[in-house]
Amino acid sequence: MHDMSAHVAPHGAPTSFIRKHVFSLDHKVIGKQYYGLALVAVFAGMVLSWLMRIHLGWTNFAIPGLHFLSANGAPGNVMTPEYYLQLMTMHGTIMVFFVLTTAPFAAFGNFFLPIQVGAEDMPFPHFNMMSFWVTFVAFLVLVSSFFVSDGPTLGGWTQYAPLSAIGAIAGPGQGLGVVLWATSIALFCVGQLLGALNFITTTLDMRTKGMSLMRLPLSAWAWFITSVMGLTAFSVLMPACILLILDHMAGTSFFVSSNLVINDQLQSAHSGGSTLLWQHLFWFFGHPEVYIAIVPGLGIVSHVLITNMRRPMLSHRVLIYSFGALAVLSYMVYGHHMFVSGMNPYSSLAFSFPTLIITIPSTVIVLIWLGSLYGSKLRINTASLFALGFISMFISGGISGFFLAQPSIDIMLHATYFVVGHFHLVMAVAAIFGIFAGTYFWFPKMTGRMMHEGMGKLHFWLTFVGAYCIFMPFHYLGIAGNVRRYQAFVDDYLQPLIPVHRFITVAALLTGLAQFIFLYNLIHSRFKGAPAPDNPWEATSLEWTTATPPPHDNFAGKLPVVYHDPYQYGIESSSGDYVMQNSPERIKTAYDEK
Amino acid sequence: MAKIFAVTIILIAIGSAIPILMHTWTLPQDISVHGPLIDEQYSDTMAEAGISFLASQFLLAFFIWKFSHPQPGAKIRNFPGGAMGLVIAAFLLVGTEVLALGVFGAKAWASVYFTPPAANAMPVQVQASQFAFYFRYPGPDGKFGPLHPELISEANQNFFGLDTTHDPDSKDDIVTAEMAIPVNREVHLLMHSKDLGHSFFVPELRVQQDFVPGLDLSVHFTATKVGKYEIVCTQLCGLGHYNMKAYLEVKSPEDFDSWLKQQAAMQ
Amino acid sequence: MRLEQEEVSSMATTVPEPPKIEPLRSPSLSSGKGGWRNLTPADGNLQLVKDHSPAPASTGIWVVLAAISMSFAAYTSALIVRQGSALDWRHFSLPPVLYLNTLVIFASSITLEISRRRIRSFMGGVRDQTARPARWLYITLFLGLLFVAGQTFAWLQLRRQGFGLATNVSYSFFYVLTVAHALHVLGGLAGLARVMVKLQHFTLRRSTLDATSRYWHFIGVLWLYLLFLLWMKM
Repeated sequence: MHDMSAHVAPHGAPTSFIRKHVFSLDHKVIGKQYYGLALVAVFAGMVLSWLMRIHLGWTNFAIPGLHFLSANGAPGNVMTPEYYLQLMTMHGTIMVFFVLTTAPFAAFGNFFLPIQVGAEDMPFPHFNMMSFWVTFVAFLVLVSSFFVSDGPTLGGWTQYAPLSAIGAIAGPGQGLGVVLWATSIALFCVGQLLGALNFITTTLDMRTKGMSLMRLPLSAWAWFITSVMGLTAFSVLMPACILLILDHMAGTSFFVSSNLVINDQLQSAHSGGSTLLWQHLFWFFGHPEVYIAIVPGLGIVSHVLITNMRRPMLSHRVLIYSFGALAVLSYMVYGHHMFVSGMNPYSSLAFSFPTLIITIPSTVIVLIWLGSLYGSKLRINTASLFALGFISMFISGGISGFFLAQPSIDIMLHATYFVVGHFHLVMAVAAIFGIFAGTYFWFPKMTGRMMHEGMGKLHFWLTFVGAYCIFMPFHYLGIAGNVRRYQAFVDDYLQPLIPVHRFITVAALLTGLAQFIFLYNLIHSRFKGAPAPDNPWEATSLEWTTATPPPHDNFAGKLPVVYHDPYQYGIESSSGDYVMQNSPERIKTAYDEK
Repeated sequence: MAKIFAVTIILIAIGSAIPILMHTWTLPQDISVHGPLIDEQYSDTMAEAGISFLASQFLLAFFIWKFSHPQPGAKIRNFPGGAMGLVIAAFLLVGTEVLALGVFGAKAWASVYFTPPAANAMPVQVQASQFAFYFRYPGPDGKFGPLHPELISEANQNFFGLDTTHDPDSKDDIVTAEMAIPVNREVHLLMHSKDLGHSFFVPELRVQQDFVPGLDLSVHFTATKVGKYEIVCTQLCGLGHYNMKAYLEVKSPEDFDSWLKQQAAMQ
Repeated sequence: MRLEQEEVSSMATTVPEPPKIEPLRSPSLSSGKGGWRNLTPADGNLQLVKDHSPAPASTGIWVVLAAISMSFAAYTSALIVRQGSALDWRHFSLPPVLYLNTLVIFASSITLEISRRRIRSFMGGVRDQTARPARWLYITLFLGLLFVAGQTFAWLQLRRQGFGLATNVSYSFFYVLTVAHALHVLGGLAGLARVMVKLQHFTLRRSTLDATSRYWHFIGVLWLYLLFLLWMKM
């Protein structure tokens, strides 16, 4: 019917430096490029958070050197109120888009999905290469807003209209910074759509012989489901950004209503726009986006845990269905960001029910993980520690969602630090733990060297305890009514909370410093780490059947044939308690048959 | 290391629960009529959340402790009930819990949003703008004069854009920078925004509602306790967002009347 | 219970997945790199098996069409919400050239289909020298360009009459929808040009041709939808 080898626009191994490392068609290189981008982005985002936290704890503190970053934003090194908001906006935007969507999905997914399905590469390598470079350009465009005269936009990563749409008259940061933000994000959407195209077609069409859908590892399923979400979510955000740019630059009135008066001037250029329209469009994307950020982590953690538990999950299928249920439900819940937004209160109730119900697949996933830990032979190493830490973080962050899912309670908690604590724990920290678990697990395969285990464990301990010290108190602040997106706390009732903020700041700075242990470990091991065997973790999935690091076409010209389910652990075979997916060996169970 | 990890998880879980159990940080005191329903909903949720949180973190810790040093030759075992048991448990326990919360929570929500304001509720208008709230009382004629956005001028202190020369209803309107209301009297708060998105939040009053440019929204509530409270903006509106607030004074009916007269005299 | 046992037992004693033997299908239209991949496994016991998953280009094009549909769905819902939220919607009659352009793009789909069938039979070895499949591709390309030119004419006509992007929200949506569509038409033209180049070098795969055609027909159907939407709302 067709020629499989001809699918992958066969690209022979590249020879020039540019073709090998810069404009590469090889999914592995593209994956590493995404990882590198995410690494730069996460440190940038972290430094921004340090600046924010210092300012929140000590508002008039002159942060040394800050005026070099922005003379307007920090005269005399003291951060202005607008500059705080600008840093906050960039922190959120960089982290959500260029770290949480890039690392767990685009980085690891690009590198490992084709190998895990048993393919030589993705079917559209040119689009794949474009996807990285478009994303990279998007990052540059975003960062460039630091250097325009008015600075970056200050409207938060959510960029609510009319603040974002009405133009520079709304205040500093709302001029060119908004246009750069929207352009960057629109480009980002294009990059991710090109990526989703490759991920979906790889999973559906490029599986090797014997690799049925149910024999795919959980990480592959997670990447597949995420790419379907990305396809449908990013294609809604891009039109929204385009309409925003038009309102901002071309005088249209999609989001800007009539009779607005700013600086005593009637804004007659705009009229009739719908403020809520932006929120609906944004959150239709925005809620699936947070699941795009976490579902790959669910897959990676499952994958890492199974290898380190030496047994498959209690039910492979149930996990897959739960991932899918999360993805489907994620489209029905977006209005929970808008409970008190002025939309119809009946709609608020309507959105709260699927929001509460999405607890069920989340709980199933956690229970299956816990239930699989039972009776397992748990191995403790840095990767498994981060995977287990993910479970703890996901539980903590998920449970605070109970509160926010109910509109009546949301009246008290909306726009407070409770929300900030919730999404940082359940999405940011958990996803970062997933990225760390994936890094420590897959680094040997990607580079041919082992990471330093002692440094890894130290990194884990400092990060696990530190992250809780930072983000658990956010919930208490929110309960006490501490409003978010404030650059300083001047209200009477907030004064007693400032010491809590200072505690959090110290925790944040220390935990942030601990990340340099990881960075050092990463770079040092890349060049000086102990050489890695092909299968250091005694794992079963296809990526461990290849050489370390894998050759250009992944399988040295001989595509594997898959004989087994992905997680044949806890059995008796010639290699020990596991059998690899491509091994034709028939095995016997070592299960305690009950 | 596994055992230390397990203990750490337990310590963190207990440590996180202590401030809640000790009421170190609580919801601000409730001074509203509809507040008790919200607070009850909140306590119920906290109880269920707390139990789920502690139970699941403990279970995680316990399993890490127990299964990380297997005897050589130990066999892999399945959790009793298997996956199906856990799925059923999730559906039953979590399903009933969340549906119960959802259904009962709807009552609290309905009491705020699905009940119309009382016929004799006192109307007060609030306008949100960068970076202040301004309030308007209808005055003795009980009517608000029409608004003319083109007449708004901070410089002339015409915050609402009133035309007192041509609109008779505007002549007796009282515009203030602080909000005062009489205790135990329902207030119908009419909300609109002058420029962009803002929000009206008084934690003690159990009220939070966004201002939406282009929409006239309203909430209604009754304060039950005299005192001075803060109205804060919770929708990011620019550099002054952190500082955008006003005081809400709940006064006795007599004090409120004299306050209103004072304000009227200053117009 | 059943689930668990099924899982445990299927995980415990794995049997190699039986080979799927498919009836022979016609060979691919590739340049002669030809045939099927031999996937003889390590122990050589399985019979020669064929890969029967769909060509990535055909899955891929559906993915692309899904994304485009979602984005126009977003524009549509924005239009509906925006129209309903204020009273400032100014109705206007669509420039008549749009209807002409509709005929043009519809015709281009027909010519593309003619071309596609001829290419397929040409590459299948059917000897029909009078077929000249490339000619119909050129005509399709020309009609596509004519469509874009016609849309440009419509925009310029409206501009001359004083109806720009920001004149009224109805015009804003008119421009946004038609420009977005025209950009996708240009993308389709690029795809057709690529097909033409590959045809001339005898490297055209059937899946590429089919995927590109599917895209082009979709763009035509999308135009019909947009025309209907604009006509209804404007």
